[in-house]
Amino acid sequence: MSDKLVFRFDVQGDDFTSAGQASVQVKKNLRQLGFDTDTIKRVSIAMYEGEINMVIHAGGGIAEVSVCEEYIEIVLEDKGPGIADIDKAMQAGYSTAPDSIRSLGFGAGMGLPNMKKNSDSMEITSEVGVGTRIVMRVNI
Amino acid sequence: MTVETFAKEFDFKVLSLPSPEKEVTGAYVGDLLSWVMGRANSGDVWITIMSNVNIAAVATLADTACILLAEGVVLDDEVLSVAKNKGINVLSSEKSAYSIAKMISDTV
Ligand SMILES: Nc1ncnc2c1ncn2[C@@H]1O[C@H](COP(=O)(O)OP(=O)(O)OP(=O)(O)O)[C@@H](O)[C@H]1O
Ligand SMILES: [Mg+2]
Repeated sequence: MSDKLVFRFDVQGDDFTSAGQASVQVKKNLRQLGFDTDTIKRVSIAMYEGEINMVIHAGGGIAEVSVCEEYIEIVLEDKGPGIADIDKAMQAGYSTAPDSIRSLGFGAGMGLPNMKKNSDSMEITSEVGVGTRIVMRVNI
Repeated sequence: MTVETFAKEFDFKVLSLPSPEKEVTGAYVGDLLSWVMGRANSGDVWITIMSNVNIAAVATLADTACILLAEGVVLDDEVLSVAKNKGINVLSSEKSAYSIAKMISDTV
Protein backbone atom coordinates (compact mmCIF):
# COMPACT_ATOMS: atom_id res chain seq x y z
CA MET A 1 0.00 0.00 0.00
CA SER A 2 1.28 3.41 -0.88
CA ASP A 3 0.72 6.32 1.46
CA LYS A 4 -2.20 8.49 0.76
CA LEU A 5 -2.83 11.95 2.04
CA VAL A 6 -6.29 12.63 3.45
CA PHE A 7 -7.89 15.96 4.27
CA ARG A 8 -11.12 15.90 6.25
CA PHE A 9 -13.59 18.70 6.89
CA ASP A 10 -16.79 19.25 8.84
CA VAL A 11 -19.06 21.37 6.68
CA GLN A 12 -21.57 23.44 8.66
CA GLY A 13 -25.12 23.61 7.36
CA ASP A 14 -26.81 26.92 6.53
CA ASP A 15 -23.64 28.88 7.25
CA PHE A 16 -23.11 31.08 4.25
CA THR A 17 -20.35 33.20 5.70
CA SER A 18 -17.90 30.32 5.79
CA ALA A 19 -19.37 28.28 2.95
CA GLY A 20 -16.67 27.12 0.58
CA GLN A 21 -13.87 27.27 3.12
CA ALA A 22 -13.08 23.57 2.93
CA SER A 23 -12.68 23.87 -0.84
CA VAL A 24 -10.48 26.95 -0.51
CA GLN A 25 -8.30 25.03 1.98
CA VAL A 26 -8.04 22.04 -0.37
CA LYS A 27 -7.00 24.34 -3.17
CA LYS A 28 -4.22 25.71 -0.97
CA ASN A 29 -3.08 22.23 0.04
CA LEU A 30 -2.98 20.98 -3.54
CA ARG A 31 -1.01 24.03 -4.61
CA GLN A 32 1.53 23.35 -1.88
CA LEU A 33 1.78 19.77 -3.09
CA GLY A 34 2.70 21.13 -6.51
CA PHE A 35 -0.27 20.01 -8.60
CA ASP A 36 -0.85 21.74 -11.94
CA THR A 37 -3.40 24.56 -12.08
CA ASP A 38 -5.85 22.64 -14.25
CA THR A 39 -6.07 19.71 -11.83
CA ILE A 40 -6.35 22.09 -8.88
CA LYS A 41 -9.16 23.98 -10.55
CA ARG A 42 -11.13 20.87 -11.43
CA VAL A 43 -10.87 19.52 -7.89
CA SER A 44 -11.71 22.93 -6.40
CA ILE A 45 -14.83 23.41 -8.51
CA ALA A 46 -16.11 19.86 -8.07
CA MET A 47 -15.60 20.06 -4.34
CA TYR A 48 -17.01 23.58 -3.95
CA GLU A 49 -20.27 22.67 -5.65
CA GLY A 50 -20.62 19.58 -3.47
CA GLU A 51 -19.72 21.52 -0.35
CA ILE A 52 -22.26 24.25 -1.11
CA ASN A 53 -24.93 21.66 -1.83
CA MET A 54 -24.39 20.15 1.62
CA VAL A 55 -24.66 23.63 3.16
CA ILE A 56 -27.80 24.57 1.25
CA HIS A 57 -29.69 21.34 0.77
CA ALA A 58 -28.53 18.98 3.50
CA GLY A 59 -27.78 20.91 6.70
CA GLY A 60 -24.05 20.27 6.37
CA GLY A 61 -21.98 17.12 6.20
CA ILE A 62 -18.48 15.77 5.92
CA ALA A 63 -15.99 16.24 3.11
CA GLU A 64 -12.94 14.06 2.65
CA VAL A 65 -10.28 14.54 0.02
CA SER A 66 -7.71 11.82 -0.58
CA VAL A 67 -4.63 12.32 -2.69
CA CYS A 68 -3.84 8.95 -4.20
CA GLU A 69 -1.23 7.90 -6.72
CA GLU A 70 -3.38 8.14 -9.83
CA TYR A 71 -6.28 10.31 -8.76
CA ILE A 72 -7.65 12.72 -6.19
CA GLU A 73 -10.82 11.43 -4.59
CA ILE A 74 -13.48 13.66 -3.07
CA VAL A 75 -16.08 12.09 -0.82
CA LEU A 76 -19.04 14.17 0.38
CA GLU A 77 -21.40 12.65 2.88
CA ASP A 78 -24.47 14.15 4.52
CA LYS A 79 -27.49 13.14 6.57
CA GLY A 80 -29.79 15.50 4.72
CA PRO A 81 -33.13 14.83 3.05
CA GLY A 82 -31.60 12.78 0.21
CA ILE A 83 -32.27 13.14 -3.50
CA ALA A 84 -35.43 11.39 -4.72
CA ASP A 85 -34.66 11.52 -8.45
CA ILE A 86 -30.94 11.67 -9.13
CA ASP A 87 -31.29 11.85 -12.93
CA LYS A 88 -33.54 14.86 -12.58
CA ALA A 89 -31.20 16.54 -10.07
CA MET A 90 -28.32 16.05 -12.52
CA GLN A 91 -30.12 18.03 -15.25
CA ALA A 92 -28.70 21.48 -15.91
CA GLY A 93 -31.13 24.07 -14.58
CA TYR A 94 -32.95 21.82 -12.12
CA SER A 95 -33.00 23.33 -8.64
CA THR A 96 -35.15 23.23 -5.54
CA ALA A 97 -33.28 26.13 -3.91
CA PRO A 98 -35.64 28.58 -2.17
CA ASP A 99 -35.75 32.28 -3.10
CA SER A 100 -33.66 33.27 -0.07
CA ILE A 101 -30.83 31.12 -1.41
CA ARG A 102 -31.31 32.25 -5.00
CA SER A 103 -30.87 35.86 -3.96
CA LEU A 104 -27.33 34.93 -2.88
CA GLY A 105 -26.55 33.72 -6.39
CA PHE A 106 -27.11 30.01 -5.85
CA GLY A 107 -29.87 27.90 -7.35
CA ALA A 108 -28.96 27.94 -11.03
CA GLY A 109 -29.16 24.17 -11.02
CA MET A 110 -25.61 23.98 -12.38
CA GLY A 111 -23.79 22.56 -9.36
CA LEU A 112 -24.17 18.84 -10.02
CA PRO A 113 -23.49 19.31 -13.78
CA ASN A 114 -20.32 21.22 -12.85
CA MET A 115 -19.25 18.38 -10.57
CA LYS A 116 -19.80 15.87 -13.35
CA LYS A 117 -17.93 18.02 -15.88
CA ASN A 118 -14.91 18.56 -13.68
CA SER A 119 -14.46 15.00 -12.45
CA ASP A 120 -13.41 11.87 -14.32
CA SER A 121 -15.87 9.76 -12.38
CA MET A 122 -18.79 10.61 -10.14
CA GLU A 123 -21.06 8.33 -8.18
CA ILE A 124 -24.10 9.44 -6.22
CA THR A 125 -25.86 7.24 -3.72
CA SER A 126 -28.80 8.76 -1.95
CA GLU A 127 -31.77 7.66 0.09
CA VAL A 128 -34.68 9.92 0.87
CA GLY A 129 -34.78 10.71 4.57
CA VAL A 130 -31.33 9.20 5.16
CA GLY A 131 -28.74 11.21 3.25
CA THR A 132 -26.49 11.49 0.26
CA ARG A 133 -23.00 10.28 -0.52
CA ILE A 134 -21.08 11.48 -3.53
CA VAL A 135 -17.71 10.13 -4.61
CA MET A 136 -15.78 11.96 -7.31
CA ARG A 137 -12.38 11.24 -8.77
CA VAL A 138 -10.11 13.54 -10.70
CA ASN A 139 -7.29 11.71 -12.45
CA ILE A 140 -3.79 13.11 -12.04
CA MET B 1 -1.77 43.40 -18.35
CA THR B 2 -1.85 43.34 -14.57
CA VAL B 3 -4.99 44.08 -12.59
CA GLU B 4 -3.35 47.25 -11.26
CA THR B 5 -2.70 48.55 -14.78
CA PHE B 6 -6.16 47.44 -15.89
CA ALA B 7 -7.82 49.41 -13.06
CA LYS B 8 -5.80 52.54 -13.90
CA GLU B 9 -6.33 52.25 -17.64
CA PHE B 10 -10.11 52.25 -17.30
CA ASP B 11 -10.31 54.32 -14.16
CA PHE B 12 -12.11 51.67 -12.13
CA LYS B 13 -12.50 52.28 -8.43
CA VAL B 14 -10.18 50.06 -6.40
CA LEU B 15 -11.91 48.46 -3.39
CA SER B 16 -9.36 45.76 -2.67
CA LEU B 17 -6.03 45.17 -4.38
CA PRO B 18 -3.97 42.66 -2.40
CA SER B 19 -2.75 40.93 -5.57
CA PRO B 20 -1.99 43.81 -7.98
CA GLU B 21 0.34 41.73 -10.17
CA LYS B 22 -2.31 39.21 -11.24
CA GLU B 23 -2.57 39.02 -15.01
CA VAL B 24 -5.84 39.87 -16.73
CA THR B 25 -6.38 37.50 -19.65
CA GLY B 26 -10.13 37.64 -20.33
CA ALA B 27 -13.52 38.49 -18.90
CA TYR B 28 -16.73 36.80 -17.82
CA VAL B 29 -20.08 38.38 -16.98
CA GLY B 30 -22.47 36.60 -14.63
CA ASP B 31 -24.26 36.65 -11.30
CA LEU B 32 -25.25 33.01 -10.81
CA LEU B 33 -22.36 31.48 -8.93
CA SER B 34 -22.47 28.00 -10.45
CA TRP B 35 -22.35 29.47 -13.93
CA VAL B 36 -19.33 31.52 -13.00
CA MET B 37 -17.71 28.46 -11.43
CA GLY B 38 -18.35 26.42 -14.53
CA ARG B 39 -17.52 28.98 -17.20
CA ALA B 40 -15.12 31.66 -15.98
CA ASN B 41 -11.52 31.04 -16.97
CA SER B 42 -8.48 31.62 -14.80
CA GLY B 43 -7.33 35.21 -15.24
CA ASP B 44 -10.77 36.53 -16.16
CA VAL B 45 -12.13 39.83 -14.94
CA TRP B 46 -15.41 38.72 -13.34
CA ILE B 47 -18.06 41.36 -13.94
CA THR B 48 -21.04 40.99 -11.60
CA ILE B 49 -23.63 42.76 -9.47
CA MET B 50 -23.48 40.03 -6.82
CA SER B 51 -21.86 41.33 -3.65
CA ASN B 52 -22.45 38.84 -0.83
CA VAL B 53 -19.54 37.06 0.85
CA ASN B 54 -19.82 33.96 -1.37
CA ILE B 55 -18.24 35.83 -4.28
CA ALA B 56 -14.94 35.61 -2.40
CA ALA B 57 -14.81 31.81 -2.48
CA VAL B 58 -15.96 31.72 -6.10
CA ALA B 59 -13.29 34.21 -7.20
CA THR B 60 -10.64 32.20 -5.35
CA LEU B 61 -11.68 28.83 -6.73
CA ALA B 62 -12.36 29.99 -10.28
CA ASP B 63 -9.03 31.83 -10.04
CA THR B 64 -10.34 35.05 -11.57
CA ALA B 65 -7.96 38.01 -11.84
CA CYS B 66 -10.41 40.32 -10.10
CA ILE B 67 -14.06 40.88 -9.30
CA LEU B 68 -15.46 43.96 -11.04
CA LEU B 69 -18.69 45.18 -9.45
CA ALA B 70 -20.96 46.86 -11.98
CA GLU B 71 -23.78 49.37 -11.48
CA GLY B 72 -22.06 51.05 -8.55
CA VAL B 73 -22.66 48.03 -6.32
CA VAL B 74 -20.79 48.36 -3.02
CA LEU B 75 -19.33 45.75 -0.67
CA ASP B 76 -20.10 45.75 3.01
CA ASP B 77 -17.12 45.96 5.37
CA GLU B 78 -17.20 42.31 6.28
CA VAL B 79 -16.97 41.13 2.66
CA LEU B 80 -14.32 43.73 1.95
CA SER B 81 -12.11 42.49 4.76
CA VAL B 82 -12.57 38.89 3.61
CA ALA B 83 -11.47 39.94 0.12
CA LYS B 84 -8.41 41.75 1.44
CA ASN B 85 -7.41 38.86 3.70
CA LYS B 86 -7.89 36.25 1.01
CA GLY B 87 -5.89 38.09 -1.62
CA ILE B 88 -8.92 38.87 -3.81
CA ASN B 89 -8.86 41.96 -6.01
CA VAL B 90 -12.14 43.89 -6.19
CA LEU B 91 -12.81 46.85 -8.47
CA SER B 92 -16.03 48.73 -9.07
CA SER B 93 -17.70 50.96 -11.62
CA GLU B 94 -20.93 52.95 -11.90
CA LYS B 95 -21.41 51.56 -15.40
CA SER B 96 -23.57 48.59 -16.38
CA ALA B 97 -22.06 45.19 -17.06
CA TYR B 98 -22.76 45.72 -20.75
CA SER B 99 -21.02 49.10 -20.88
CA ILE B 100 -18.03 47.75 -19.00
CA ALA B 101 -17.75 44.74 -21.29
CA LYS B 102 -17.94 46.99 -24.34
CA MET B 103 -15.35 49.36 -22.95
CA ILE B 104 -12.76 46.67 -22.13
CA SER B 105 -13.40 44.38 -25.07
CA ASP B 106 -10.43 45.56 -27.15
CA THR B 107 -8.05 45.19 -24.26
CA VAL B 108 -8.83 41.84 -22.67
N1 LIG C 1 -26.54 16.98 -0.84
C1 LIG C 1 -27.80 17.12 -1.29
N2 LIG C 1 -28.85 16.73 -0.51
C2 LIG C 1 -30.12 16.85 -0.95
N3 LIG C 1 -30.46 17.37 -2.15
C3 LIG C 1 -29.46 17.77 -2.96
C4 LIG C 1 -28.09 17.66 -2.59
N4 LIG C 1 -27.33 18.13 -3.61
C5 LIG C 1 -28.19 18.49 -4.57
N5 LIG C 1 -29.46 18.28 -4.20
C6 LIG C 1 -30.70 18.51 -5.02
O1 LIG C 1 -30.33 18.54 -6.39
C7 LIG C 1 -30.70 19.80 -6.96
C8 LIG C 1 -29.70 20.21 -8.03
O2 LIG C 1 -28.42 20.49 -7.43
P1 LIG C 1 -27.42 21.49 -8.17
O3 LIG C 1 -26.21 21.64 -7.33
O4 LIG C 1 -27.23 21.05 -9.57
O5 LIG C 1 -28.24 22.86 -8.21
P2 LIG C 1 -28.54 23.89 -7.04
O6 LIG C 1 -27.71 23.59 -5.85
O7 LIG C 1 -30.00 23.92 -6.80
O8 LIG C 1 -28.08 25.27 -7.71
P3 LIG C 1 -26.56 25.74 -8.00
O9 LIG C 1 -25.68 24.58 -7.65
O10 LIG C 1 -26.50 26.08 -9.44
O11 LIG C 1 -26.33 26.91 -7.10
C9 LIG C 1 -30.81 20.75 -5.79
O12 LIG C 1 -31.64 21.87 -6.04
C10 LIG C 1 -31.37 19.83 -4.70
O13 LIG C 1 -32.76 19.64 -4.87
MG1 LIG D 1 -25.66 23.32 -6.07
